Amino acid sequence: MRKLVRLNWLGGSAGWLWLVIVMVPLYWIVVTSFKDQSAYFSQNPFALPNAPTAANYLLVIQSDFPRYFVNSVIVTAGTIIPAVTISFLAAYAIVRGAGSRFLAGANGLFLMGLAIPLQATIIPVYLLIIRMRLYDSLLAIVLPSIAFAIPLSVLVLTNFIRDVPKELFESMRVDGATEWGMLRKLAFPLTRPALVTVAIYNGLGVWNGFLLPLILTQSPEQRTLPLALWTFQGQYSVNVPAVLASVVLTTLPIVILYAVGRRQLLSGLTAGFSR
Amino acid sequence: MVFPALLMFVVFGVLPLIGVLVLSFAQWDGLGAIRPAGMANWGSVLSDPGLPHAIWVTFEIMILSWAVQTPVSLLIGTFLAGRQRYRGFLAVLYFVPLLLSSAAIAITYKALLDPNFGLGAGLKIGFLTQDWLGESGLAVAVVIFVVSWQFIPFHSLIYQGGVRQIPTSMYEAAAIDGAGRIRQFFSITVPQLKYTIITSSTLMVVGSLTFFDLIFVLTAGGPGDATRVLALDMYKRGFQANLMGPASVIAVLLVLIGLALALLLRRLGGSTTASQQEGA
Repeated sequence: MRKLVRLNWLGGSAGWLWLVIVMVPLYWIVVTSFKDQSAYFSQNPFALPNAPTAANYLLVIQSDFPRYFVNSVIVTAGTIIPAVTISFLAAYAIVRGAGSRFLAGANGLFLMGLAIPLQATIIPVYLLIIRMRLYDSLLAIVLPSIAFAIPLSVLVLTNFIRDVPKELFESMRVDGATEWGMLRKLAFPLTRPALVTVAIYNGLGVWNGFLLPLILTQSPEQRTLPLALWTFQGQYSVNVPAVLASVVLTTLPIVILYAVGRRQLLSGLTAGFSR
Repeated sequence: MVFPALLMFVVFGVLPLIGVLVLSFAQWDGLGAIRPAGMANWGSVLSDPGLPHAIWVTFEIMILSWAVQTPVSLLIGTFLAGRQRYRGFLAVLYFVPLLLSSAAIAITYKALLDPNFGLGAGLKIGFLTQDWLGESGLAVAVVIFVVSWQFIPFHSLIYQGGVRQIPTSMYEAAAIDGAGRIRQFFSITVPQLKYTIITSSTLMVVGSLTFFDLIFVLTAGGPGDATRVLALDMYKRGFQANLMGPASVIAVLLVLIGLALALLLRRLGGSTTASQQEGA
């Protein structure tokens, strides 16, 4: 391993200070979520609860959060699987068809999508969803989310497929493999890490997404977790421990994922930026 | 094979982009018929004193949050690029804010900063019991702080990757020449990270145009219009006042500002392909 000489003390103190800034709110959220309301007002905010209670979590669960959780899972999986699949197909076609003006144009279009804040197109998306009679359904969130995920996914995946040596394709072709066969047996296994990366990056974005559910749905049955958090907070704003329990509960699945696959999650988060 | 992706992107990406331009010349309440309105929306929005204010707030938050995030992320990224064990442990904790949704973060800080029920009241520290979200200047500062809290981990991660690409030999040569650590940081680390800085800044700047959910939940644009950034202005005109035409004008402005800033930053740093090769 390389050992670099660095600016130690300044970086070091910034590092520890930042740790405090990150951890204080997080610690406060968790500790408070186990207090009842009277303990919340009487105890020191940072003290461990005198009489820990799970009542806040019970209240959150009884407020239909399991349903919102399922909705979020459906929306996230329903976005990521098709988005990564079609982006992979497009990236494969763009790399293998280098020289085609049509494919270069398509690629240019996707790249343009990276520079534009797509949220600014929300009003026509809303119009489109109404006209397709999809308003207030989970599919209304899924379809635009897929489209918004495409530009970065295609960019990252084309970079990866491009790294597959041409000779491998060539030798498979000589052996009589079709393009489809090469895609399945060569490009797919070799780009698997990139597919995971792209899926994580977009998955987290969709899981935490707020604007699309806010605008494209309205009934409680279609609520996803971030939106549910917001309405729950509106209802129980005085009951701070319960609000914080809802924050903990909705973040828990991601924290578990983080604990299991930290490296993959982090490399997924900087998809295409630091590589 | 490119068709499924192309179809989806054209229908829900390109078409709406053209649509937003068309709608900026139309009158629509979000439910009824869409009627052509000529230049009326543009005229009314551009002469609205609320617009310069929204643009000002957007840029204020963009620039100040950039100025806070960049040095801190650079320092932390450099710090984390070291491979000592304890730094690995710290890194696990550092990145936790990345996992939370903007809604969750905004809700947490809203509760935490509440002057009557929040942390300040609990600790009985006068400084903390200010009406953080009820006073204009403070509310802007809070937004900038929360944005930094949320995104510094992400940018530190980018810088960490960048610093690890710098050849060790450069530091060794500098050490032989007698350069101290601070000197090395400014003479090697920072210049070598040029493209990383551009990439990270572009993401910060263009990303700040879309800080919708955080501000919406945290302050809803208030107090008054103190934190009413363009994205929020678009939402409020469109989906609360049901004026989709003027809201589309704001959306077009957002797209134009985003494109202009992305191009400007790209100019500053050569091409984006260079920034991608850097970390390859």
